[in-house]
Order: sequence, then C-alpha cells, then structure tokens
Amino acid sequence: MDGFLALYIFMLAAFTGHVIISRVPVILHTPLMSGSNFVHGIVVVGGMVALAHADTTLERAVGFLAVLLGAGNAVGGYVVTERMLEMFKSSKQGGG
Amino acid sequence: MALPQLLDLLAWASYFAAAVLFIVGLMKMSSPVTARRGIQWAGVGMVLATVVTFVAPSTWGAHGIDPVNLGLMVLAIALSWVFWAWGKRVPITDMPQMVAIFNGMGGGSAAAIGAAAMINAAAFTGECTVEAVAAHECMNTTKLVLAVLGSLIGAVSFSGSVIAWAKLDGRLDKRFTFAGQQVFNLVVFLATLALGAWLVVELDVSVIVAFFVLALVVGVLMTLPIGGADMPVVISLYNAFTGLAVAFKGYVLGSEALIIAGTVVGAAGMLLTQLMAKAMNRPISNVLFSNFGGGGGGAEITGTMKPIEAPDAASLLYLAERVVIVPGYGMAVAQAQHKIWELTQQLIKRDKEVRFAIHPVAGRMPGHMNVLLAEAGVPYDLIVDMDEINPEFATTDVAIVIGANDVVNPVAKTDKSSPIYGMPILDVVDAKKVIVIKRGKGTGFAGIENALFYADNCSMLYADGQEAASKLITELKAIDSGGGH
Repeated sequence: MDGFLALYIFMLAAFTGHVIISRVPVILHTPLMSGSNFVHGIVVVGGMVALAHADTTLERAVGFLAVLLGAGNAVGGYVVTERMLEMFKSSKQGGG
Repeated sequence: MALPQLLDLLAWASYFAAAVLFIVGLMKMSSPVTARRGIQWAGVGMVLATVVTFVAPSTWGAHGIDPVNLGLMVLAIALSWVFWAWGKRVPITDMPQMVAIFNGMGGGSAAAIGAAAMINAAAFTGECTVEAVAAHECMNTTKLVLAVLGSLIGAVSFSGSVIAWAKLDGRLDKRFTFAGQQVFNLVVFLATLALGAWLVVELDVSVIVAFFVLALVVGVLMTLPIGGADMPVVISLYNAFTGLAVAFKGYVLGSEALIIAGTVVGAAGMLLTQLMAKAMNRPISNVLFSNFGGGGGGAEITGTMKPIEAPDAASLLYLAERVVIVPGYGMAVAQAQHKIWELTQQLIKRDKEVRFAIHPVAGRMPGHMNVLLAEAGVPYDLIVDMDEINPEFATTDVAIVIGANDVVNPVAKTDKSSPIYGMPILDVVDAKKVIVIKRGKGTGFAGIENALFYADNCSMLYADGQEAASKLITELKAIDSGGGH
C-alpha cells in the first residue's frame, strides 16, 4: 500500500472516530466504549494473516497467540456489549 | 476470471463491507434506541471479515494454504468460545473488568502480530525488494517503525489492562507505590524505546524478546500506582491504545480494514479519555503519573454532620414533589441498584418526579452507573447528565446521594487549596434537602472532607445502601397506611 494513501485513510478514519464520539451524553459512553472495544477485535484478521505466513515453531506459536487473543477480543467484546445494551430500555417501551 | 482472483476480489469487497458496517454500527451506538442494532451490524461485519480471511489467497501468499497453520487458526478461533462463555456468565457488576480484559487481549494480539512480523523479517536474508515486502518476507523502514510502535502500544495495553482487570476484580487490592517510582518508570520506558530503535536498525531475535518483555513491564508499572477512581480514564485510554496499535498493524500487514477500524476506535477512545479527564479536571498525564489520592489537603470544614433516621427521611420523601437520586461507586459496592429502583418506583407511584443524576466519572468505567441502573430496570430516560440536571437542583425538594462523594463535594467550587478544586461537580448542595446514604463517616477516594455533609440542608442516613433503601420503602408504606409515627 502506498504510504500516502495509508496516511489519507488514517486521517479520514481519525476524523470519523472523532465525529462519532463528540457531543455524546454520558449514558452512551458505555455502548461507545464497549462497542469500539469490540470493533478493534478486527485485529483477529491480522493475527490470521500473521499465522498464515508462519513457518517456524516460534512463529506459529506467536501467530497462534495473536489469533487466540484477537478472537478473544472480538467474541468477548461482543458478548459483554450486547449484554449491556440489551438492558437499556426506555420507560416508553413498556419495559422497566 | 480465475478462482484466486475471484476470491481476492470477494475478500476485498468483504473487508470494505466490514469497514462500512463497523462505522455504521458505531454511529448507531450513539443512541440508546439503536445501540443494540449497532453492535449487531458491527458483529455481522466481523464474522464476514473473519470467514473470508480463511479462504482469501491474499492471506496465504504465494505458498498457498498451509494445512498446519490452517488447523491452528481454526483451533484458536474455536478456543475463543471460552471467552464467549466467560463474558456471557459474569454478573453485570463485573463489566468494568471484563471490558478491560477483552480490550487487553486486542492489544496483546496486535503486539503478537508485531512480534511475528519481526521474527519473520529477522530470518530474511535476501534483498528487501518491494515484492519481498508485499509478500510479508521483510519490512521497509516505515513498516518496521510502525511495527515497533504498534507492538509497544499493544503490549502496554495488554499488560496494563491485565493489571486493571486484577484491580477491578479485587485480586490486586492496593495501589502499589514506592519512592522514585516515576524516575524508575521513566528509565524503563526509555530503555524500551532504545531497544525499539535498535530493532529498526537491526532485527535480532534476542533483542525482539527483550523489547517485548520490557514493553510488558512498562504497562504493568504504569497501571500499578493508579487508584480505583481513576479507572474510567485508564480503561478508556487503553481502549484507544489498542485501537491505535491495530491501525499500525494494519499498515504493516497492508490491511485497510484494520487501519480504518483501529483508527476510528483510537480517535474515539482518545476523545472519550479526554472527556473523562476533563470531568475530573485533571490532565491525562496527571491521572497517569501523579499518584493522586495520597491524603487530605484543603481547608478545614467547620460544622457538624447531622444524622437522620429512616422514618424521618421517608417523611421528607413523602412530602417532596421533585426527587433526584445521585448514585456513585458506593452503590455498586453495596449492590443497591435494585433496591434503589424499587424505592424509585414507590416514589413514582406517589406522583413524585424522580430522576437520576450521573456524573461522567462516577464508577469504574465510562458510563458505569448507567449499566448498573439499566440492569436494575431503570429506564434510560430517567437518567440525566450533569450539565442538564445541575440548574434543576435549585427546584429539587430532596436529593438522595448514595455512594457518591467527591463528585458532589462543593469544595471543588469554593476551596482553591483543595486537590479537587475546579472539578465539575453535581450541584446537589443547591437542593432544598439532601439525604446522604453512607455506611460510615469516612472520606471519599481522594481523602478529602466533603463540605456537602456539613451543609445545613444535608442529613446523613448511616446505613448500607440496600438496607437504607429497604427501610425507606417500608417507612413510605407505613406512612401510606396511616400508621405514621
């Protein structure tokens, strides 16, 4: 990937992240934090690429660890976020 | 078109779709109404990206699919279901530490990717051409620098999050400090940077190992002295760190999806961290390096605390029209959120207007109180932010403070010598009557006397949170039945 192209992607994504979270009320801090915690679980894909290129035992072990931890981030992050969001109810929804 | 090209096209399209789903999902998460759908959209993106990575030729490079590595991949992902089960099972009150540990895993993964890339490149002997870089056989200087930086940030986020998890889970009880700690930490950090610089110049496996060991130590050292009340800032900061580390790894691996997802999270996390630090009126550097909470300070407060018994407190509530409840970390410790909601329902039944006022840094993670109240069944439209509720305290008949201390201390506005001077607070003291539910007379986390407790309009209901709420409910019912006293 061209270095400057990556820099453009980086810049635009940074603004996106900034816009998404600015002016959020306190009640949304948890979903945003926990949800973004899940989103960076995409690192599991990077772990898979690293493991795919491994050809020594050491590289395999490190690659395996990368996939395991990345997958843990993704599935764990998802399940706790879902559980928390499931509970958020408005009094108009009849819940409570 | 041949199959490999078709699969690569499919992979690129899927990564693009995943990036879109992540951003749309996060945007949906900025409203409680659509938040749940948001995480589900993001989840679809994640599954799509992961599944397609198995079959994409770009994952495997020129050698094609290696059966051993494929087996390990499937095994690692299958094993991650342990974490699913763990996250599914833990009580809601444990959420701060769960968010911390799962975030740490992401950082650890990013660090491991960096390690794999460096070990791989260290074994490379040929000339590092553009083709060799593209085939992940070696790294050019830009990739190497980002691999080192991403590994450092990821490793710090990993070990730091593990310590944060241990602290929040009550496994590591106290703040660990010693003389000269900051200098020591700085030396270790600089040594880590030096090793990182060495790696950029020359890759050597033993230096790689030393670098990672030191980077992990930096994370531990950084987190050990940080106290519980600062955890919202720390959790949020490490979340941002992991995002950034993932973005750097995305560049190293040539994966746009990682760059986008990582950067969006990194930027959002940095901003959230700043919001948290601002709500404490302290720069982030102060949270990380100042060992806050060592002792008192500030001017003496004169006056006495006035105790109140449950029947009197209940009659105050009985006569009130507008009630505001201010929960803090103490409510989580006492597990009082269910009883408090029961009390709230009793008040609403008697036509009182009841709302919850939340300080941004109440609890142990951003938004902690909302999660606890939501668990108890409190609808989110009864929960009000600090800026919105503050002007309304003046027309509030009774404010109930449960388990909150420093965030309602008016000293933050009046006493320039106080360590918390300048911190935005909830103006509870403006309410006509304040009832503070508290177990004993101790000071808050910061060890600062609370002027609210000595105010003329404030009464102290000394009891455990759950017990106090139960008593208030009983007494309210007693007044109803005409029993009175």
